[in-house]
Amino acid sequence: MSVLSMRARVSKNIGLYFAAFLVASFIVTPILFALLGGFKDNAQLGESPMGLPSPWNTENYTNVLIDLTFWRQVVNSTGIALATTFLTVGVGAMVSFVFARYAFRGREVLFMTFATGLMFHFAVAVLPLFIILRALGMLNNPLGVILPQVAFGLPLTIIILRSFFRQIPGEVEEAATVDGASPWTFFTKVLLPMSRPVLATVSVLALVNSWNNFLLPLVVLHDSSWWTLPIAVTQFSGQYASDTAKVLAFVMLAMLPALVFYAFAERHLISGLTSGSTKG
Amino acid sequence: MSHVKEAPSGGRDTHPVTAGAARSGRPRGGGFVGLRPPFKTILIFLLPASIVFAIFVLGPVSFSAYTSFFEWNGRGSITEFVGLDNFRRLAGDEIFRGDLFRGGMIILLSLVVQLPFAFGLAMLLHQKFPGRTIFRLIFFVPYVLSEAVTAVLFTLLLSPSRGAVNQFLSAIGFGDVEILWMADRNLVLYTVFAVLCWKYFGFYMILFLAGRQNIPQELYEAAKVDGATAVEQFRRITLPLMGPTVRVTVFLSVIGVVQLFDLVYILTSGGPGHSSETMAITMYDYGFQRNEVGYGSAISIVMFLICLIFALLYQRYVLKRDLQGSVAGAAQSEGRN
Repeated sequence: MSVLSMRARVSKNIGLYFAAFLVASFIVTPILFALLGGFKDNAQLGESPMGLPSPWNTENYTNVLIDLTFWRQVVNSTGIALATTFLTVGVGAMVSFVFARYAFRGREVLFMTFATGLMFHFAVAVLPLFIILRALGMLNNPLGVILPQVAFGLPLTIIILRSFFRQIPGEVEEAATVDGASPWTFFTKVLLPMSRPVLATVSVLALVNSWNNFLLPLVVLHDSSWWTLPIAVTQFSGQYASDTAKVLAFVMLAMLPALVFYAFAERHLISGLTSGSTKG
Repeated sequence: MSHVKEAPSGGRDTHPVTAGAARSGRPRGGGFVGLRPPFKTILIFLLPASIVFAIFVLGPVSFSAYTSFFEWNGRGSITEFVGLDNFRRLAGDEIFRGDLFRGGMIILLSLVVQLPFAFGLAMLLHQKFPGRTIFRLIFFVPYVLSEAVTAVLFTLLLSPSRGAVNQFLSAIGFGDVEILWMADRNLVLYTVFAVLCWKYFGFYMILFLAGRQNIPQELYEAAKVDGATAVEQFRRITLPLMGPTVRVTVFLSVIGVVQLFDLVYILTSGGPGHSSETMAITMYDYGFQRNEVGYGSAISIVMFLICLIFALLYQRYVLKRDLQGSVAGAAQSEGRN
């Protein structure tokens, strides 16, 4: 009997592995296609799109890597993402703090207003947003991307942070207040340091959303020196439409930072997404 | 904005409330008496976020609502009031009606294909087997990539003559395959949907996995003691207790499709001949390419209203049950069986 059940277990797991490998191959193949394709020339790509490159051809990658415009785009994406994250988490934490810990009239209405924003992507507001940014003189200005991203990132940040701040026992604040700490001191010296894990979570979400944003930089940043990577990828693929291998190298290099970041921040990203969408 | 009541220093109601304390029934912050910060302090904490949110979220939406009643090219003063004309025109607009139909199709496909698929994978990954962490890690990778990178990558993969997909199909014996994945009017929507699935099933899988992990193991143990088969356990425990998670994923899926832009715009620009166009692409086309800002605003407002009304109805009639606690909900559906 034990042999039978073991056999059943193995065969059950075989089915499981088969399914898992099948799905995994659908995920990995396109990425592998880009990675390997970047090492080929177009003739090789035509003959065997999925085979190993022979010879390995590093030119496509090095050409992108020695191009300063690529690095400029990396810097643009990084700078905009960091500024967005810093501001979103900063002002988001402030407002979450009073939402979580003080009763005041209008609190629920205000919170609901922010929370409703969770539903909306840039697509709904990008047209009027463009006109408002134009009126404010913020076109072709990274602030024109950063500030709206902060605004659209606030709902998720506030929902997650508020529920975390609520769980910190009142005694902690009490003790700080008795020691003469002002709300601001309590907030910066006690609450924020205590909240490091959840701050990391909301930071990762803000960072990823900014890094991947396409529509807003597309309409705001016309000047190519401000382009972020998502814009650059589409422009590059249009410009070198006939040179597939070259485009694949660029695509691979453009997705690499996200992949590396994901490898390190996977836990925070997933905990943020699950808590954000179940509480939202 | 509102202002706060004068705090009577002994009044418990106006104490700073910590929900955690309230929930666990502890006396609410007794030491806070008289120490509550003045409203000015609260205001300072509220202002930065409120101002940014007002200017860049509420502002644009209100402005859109206003301009949707005008004919306006986006420049100069807004004078040509046309009442509901933009909306009337929208109701008869073939492209816009097509957007609604295509959106509905993608939602339907998501509900029938993508979500069940993600659900199945989550159940699979919930089992303990060596390597499952790595599989989970891999399945979620596409979600991290930008829609721009994903779309460009798939444009190359699906290119009719030189793309890897057609070459692969040829290689495994389908003859000389030249499928026009994105140029065939009858196929393009399914292609777009397939790419959407590739990008997003991992996200839904993660949500389902989290939902599954929240079901207490004791329920299954008790069921086993009672002699329930695996199928019965799935039907009587897993499915009903996954209800809240399923309802949330359906909601996210619908809201996401209504506002779909990046991926489709880069893959197809809505073509060929509008056959993969979405509401957001139509809005972009009128607002940014044809300078019909009033009409584009009307589309924005319709998108906004669809989301809002759907959310309210969904909250009222579907998510409402989740507030009663999932165990109670499961007991209810037990009773119905």
